Amino acid sequence: MQLAALTKLNAARRSRRAAVVVTDLADDEVQVILEGEPVSGSLGEETAKVFRSGKAGTVDVEGRSLFLNVHLPPPRIVVIGAVHISQALARLAPVAGYDLTIIDPRTAFATEERFEGVELIADWPEDVLKDHPLDAYTALAAVTHDPKIDDFPLSEALRVGCFYVGALGSRKTHAKRVERLKEMGRTDDEIGRIAAPIGLDIGAASPAEIALATLAQIVQAFRRRDLVTAV
Amino acid sequence: MTVSEILDPLLTAESWKQAGRNVAIATVIETWGSAPRPTGSHLVIDGEGNFEGSVSGGCVEGAVITEALDVIESGAPKMLEFGVADETAWRVGLSCGGRIRVYVERLA
Repeated sequence: MQLAALTKLNAARRSRRAAVVVTDLADDEVQVILEGEPVSGSLGEETAKVFRSGKAGTVDVEGRSLFLNVHLPPPRIVVIGAVHISQALARLAPVAGYDLTIIDPRTAFATEERFEGVELIADWPEDVLKDHPLDAYTALAAVTHDPKIDDFPLSEALRVGCFYVGALGSRKTHAKRVERLKEMGRTDDEIGRIAAPIGLDIGAASPAEIALATLAQIVQAFRRRDLVTAV
Repeated sequence: MTVSEILDPLLTAESWKQAGRNVAIATVIETWGSAPRPTGSHLVIDGEGNFEGSVSGGCVEGAVITEALDVIESGAPKMLEFGVADETAWRVGLSCGGRIRVYVERLA
């Protein structure tokens, strides 16, 4: 592999663009193909397949044995609420390979000092999500406890099909939230996707433990996603 | 660099190469049975034997690093195969019972 090819690949990965690396196992020739780039013939068909499946593998194209490695954008986490749990989650997420953004309009919470080195946006989710839309590669965790802040992004996450939607709060709090989301036009099926109370049941007590339980639940939602859509 | 960038073998390989270090990239090409790391996983190695990433759960990395130093020296890629640990066939192996094929190439 040439450094130029690796540089092109890494630039694509940094800007959340999908890429396929084609290696000819016979002569060590490497080609980096970005999603959307035109590729003709059977290599084009094979490339399209791995972009869809996300699974690397070896294929035979015109008598050549090619290894196709696929790099899809890493899933990211959007957290609504710059609270104690978010401080821990912001440190855990990068270790697991997740990009993380925190949104909270309350400037008392969303301070640089509490979230050093974290992407933090001190504005209303309604305004932020216009420029940073949620997508299927995004997990949304709403942890402010405040309907004025949490409800809109929760509804939006369900609407666009975020692979994970979690909301902090007791069962009683959640029951009221369900009613509000219905009034916002969300269906029962959509609302049923919300993980509430948030996080895997590991008996988490401290904010850091709740963050860990939430991250584990996000990983589970992402890794089991294929099994669900493959049916 | 963020934590995830430091732990990312391909970003590491790029920065090592740009710093003038010799680099080999090892990639899991195929797996059979129970294999700890999926196809496409990377281990990157420099000329001094420093490495980042993984191709197994730590079972065969030592052998891959040794082979990678050869690849860095010669420039010719190698295909390695590891199966169940077996003293007579391989110096190292996978205790989990799976088999993996690993392609090692030099970053030019």
